[in-house]
Amino acid sequence: MSKDFGRVLVIVPAYNEEANIAAVVADVRHHAPFADIVVINDGSSDGTAGRAIAAGVAVLSLPFNVGIGAAVQTGFQYAHENCYDTAIQFDGDGQHDGAAIATLLEGLENVDVVIGSRYLGAGNYTAPLARRSGMVVLSAIVSTIVGRRFTDTTSGFRALGRRAISLCAKTYPSDYPEVEVLPIMHRAGLKVIEVPVTMNPRQGGTSSITWARAIYYMVKVILAILIELLRKAPTLHGEKT
Amino acid sequence: MARTHFFALIVAGLLFFFIIEAIRRRKLQERYSLLWLLVVASMVTVAVYGKSLTLVSRLVGIYYPPAALFLLALIFVVVLLLHFSLVISRLSEQSRILAQKLALLENQLAGDSAPSPANTAAPKQTRAEQKAEESVCT
Repeated sequence: MSKDFGRVLVIVPAYNEEANIAAVVADVRHHAPFADIVVINDGSSDGTAGRAIAAGVAVLSLPFNVGIGAAVQTGFQYAHENCYDTAIQFDGDGQHDGAAIATLLEGLENVDVVIGSRYLGAGNYTAPLARRSGMVVLSAIVSTIVGRRFTDTTSGFRALGRRAISLCAKTYPSDYPEVEVLPIMHRAGLKVIEVPVTMNPRQGGTSSITWARAIYYMVKVILAILIELLRKAPTLHGEKT
Repeated sequence: MARTHFFALIVAGLLFFFIIEAIRRRKLQERYSLLWLLVVASMVTVAVYGKSLTLVSRLVGIYYPPAALFLLALIFVVVLLLHFSLVISRLSEQSRILAQKLALLENQLAGDSAPSPANTAAPKQTRAEQKAEESVCT
């Protein structure tokens, strides 16, 4: 399968995941032995970087915490600089399932981006009510604006082809990137589809999303999406508009 | 509508336009704009519904509503400045870390050789700079 997709890079953003990172790397290695892995250490204060290096993967250590958007974008820049054909975003906390990588790659056949959605019928993913309502509303808004039905706009489990890598390496939102990047991709003319995947529930700890936060994020994301529509369509490197 | 209310609406409109345009041009990040948009919304509310100011001034315990307006505006500005002081502190700290890391990295890249007339070659392009020029991967 790796032949179809050229050189594949799995980007694993991680912030203080020393407990999980070795298992995550092993999971990816097992299900995608053809892929290179890069762990983006987003200013962890624990031993995440050490454990990742010990696992034998490339590690990019940011000098301080920059947030998921900039961290993942660093991975895209690494992919772009090193001429990878396909990049897969895979969370470092163990929520994503390595077995679903094949599903993502299969979907990448004729499109630019494949999103693994928890809500397309595969499995039964539960989240706190505040978070779930926010996700439903955001999916509805993005679906309306982009003109294509999205069910899981906050999923960080994605596969990107060359054109998408090039775009995201240049322009990637920092605050709620998974959602905000969808209109940007749409305006750049990228083809984005969803495939059903299962994800594991959060390991321990309570979700930090309260109703107040959910509303704040929703307002912020809606504002960002609406203003994105006012900008010129982003151009991809080397392509005529 | 009183002339001042009309004036306030114009100002609010201009402010709103400026904020949206600044975000559009990527000169202002959304997270810093939300507070300002709230200000615009408050200005519009007070301009259109004058009673709201009276309600708020009663709440705060001030007899003369315009005085309450000034007080609230002043408090808002103080809070905003404090917020910016925090943001600036964080950014300065990050700048310091970047500068130091850069110095250490350059030293590491240059190896152990100290600069001398013999080995001052033109600096090589970094891979990122090379990629920016090329349009294809080999």
